[in-house]
Amino acid sequence: MLFTQNKPTEEVLESLGAESKIFLLACNGCAEVCETGGEKALSTIKAELEKAGKNLTGTALVDFLCNKVLVAARLAREMDKIEQAESILVLSCGVGVQAVAKVVDKVVHPAANTVSLGGLQGLWPADERCQACGDCALDYTGGICPITFCAKSLLNGPCGGAQDGKCEVDSEKDCGWQLIYERLEKIGRLENLKKFHKARDHSKMLPSRDLRETSFYDIETKT
Amino acid sequence: MKLTERFKEGKFVITCEVGPPKGIEVEKIIDELEPLRSKIDAFNVTDLQSSVLRLGSLATCRLLKEKDFEPICQLTCRDRNRLSLQSDILSAAVLGIENLLCLTGDHPQLGDHPEAMPVFDLDSVQLLSAAKGLMNGKDMAGNDLEGQPPQFALGATVNPGAEPLEPQIIKMEKKIDAGAEFFQTQAVYEVDKFANFCEKVEHLKVPVMAGIVFLKSPGMARFMNANVAGVYVPDSIIDELTSAGKEKRVEKSLEISARLIRELKDLCQGIHIMALGWERHVAAVLEMAGL
Ligand code: SF4
Ligand code: SF4
Repeated sequence: MLFTQNKPTEEVLESLGAESKIFLLACNGCAEVCETGGEKALSTIKAELEKAGKNLTGTALVDFLCNKVLVAARLAREMDKIEQAESILVLSCGVGVQAVAKVVDKVVHPAANTVSLGGLQGLWPADERCQACGDCALDYTGGICPITFCAKSLLNGPCGGAQDGKCEVDSEKDCGWQLIYERLEKIGRLENLKKFHKARDHSKMLPSRDLRETSFYDIETKT
Repeated sequence: MKLTERFKEGKFVITCEVGPPKGIEVEKIIDELEPLRSKIDAFNVTDLQSSVLRLGSLATCRLLKEKDFEPICQLTCRDRNRLSLQSDILSAAVLGIENLLCLTGDHPQLGDHPEAMPVFDLDSVQLLSAAKGLMNGKDMAGNDLEGQPPQFALGATVNPGAEPLEPQIIKMEKKIDAGAEFFQTQAVYEVDKFANFCEKVEHLKVPVMAGIVFLKSPGMARFMNANVAGVYVPDSIIDELTSAGKEKRVEKSLEISARLIRELKDLCQGIHIMALGWERHVAAVLEMAGL
């Protein structure tokens, strides 16, 4: 199971910025257990967004957001409402957010930080990867993880070593920052690259005491 | 002396790269630098270049300082976390080093210890910002330093041949905001492309030093084209080298470099020479270029 923790509401609102039309998408798998996804989290965050004056174009709950096929099929029904939205706020782990970005050309914002991969890794059948850095940056990179897709886990743009779009470490692998650049250009968010990203807080990778005290965490790690 | 002082004087600044030895025999590099004393403003000492284990940059810089050469200490994010990097920055100040070049660094996979842990706790922009913070008397955690803070001229790198160029320029702007006061570039062989880059960054008002790498053979040129990001040696230059034949090759190569320097000179504020073992030819090239 993947363990996630809600980002503070202020951080979510800051990341949404001036966007007012939002589509809300929640995972009903691991995130439901962690209470970062599922019905309950969906209605809590919905209320918070409405309080902040946001206009919700629609909401959806998907069993496993880490399964791209499932996500694509489920979202097909919601396309109208998604089209009307400026962005999608995703209540899931980092893999789920990446899967959503792969299937819809919209700005995605993670509502949670992934802090531990636990044992079993959701469904996770594809190539999206999450290292549970505990401080999800996917809103800033257009839904492509800079920690796992860049060989140096850089946060402030490409190292300059990419050759023909391939990483300096492995000419078979795409440069993560090239992908991020192309994605940001596509969704009209190149200005994200200008933001100075301060150094990672590695202590966020440690599951918090609260999380460690849940029985789910016990089941996952001690059995 | 800080390199920034030289730019302020309006001087066309010339730096040269020094690769510390794989071992502790330092006499040879010092001997090779002696003839360059009056020609070169400062010497960049690499930090385990290409991720190959060598003598350290900090110790070599201090050695140069003792021999009255001006060092630029290169600092990469590959091997040290933020505690270690900040501590080395303080150490550099105590050792009399006044110029720091902050880089991301190559991945260990490219070097002779591919099994090593790639650290990259910071990236180049964050490293510049950390150095600037120390210069303002604060560490990255926000704690005050005791006494006088260290002072440096902070440099950074940019790859003017990268494609796409836009993310490179955006990152360059971030480096300037973080504290970079001068830039050194990857090797340049295409003057037009470099001119286009210069135009795009002119508004940033920061000195740029064009990178010069001596082409030792046509094979080396082709190797760079295939393997070095953002570097392209045009066919015309490769043909020139090939047709010079083996005996005249060195002469031809130096002539090509001198010509490039002459053509680049009016576009930028300095040049950075990476001689890769041909340090003995640097003086001749500069002379041919009229410097
Ligand atoms: S930035 Fe990447 S590693 Fe960090 S939580 Fe998000 S998906 Fe996971
Ligand atoms: S080439 Fe791209 S993916 Fe590879 S280390 Fe550099 S920025 Fe990261």
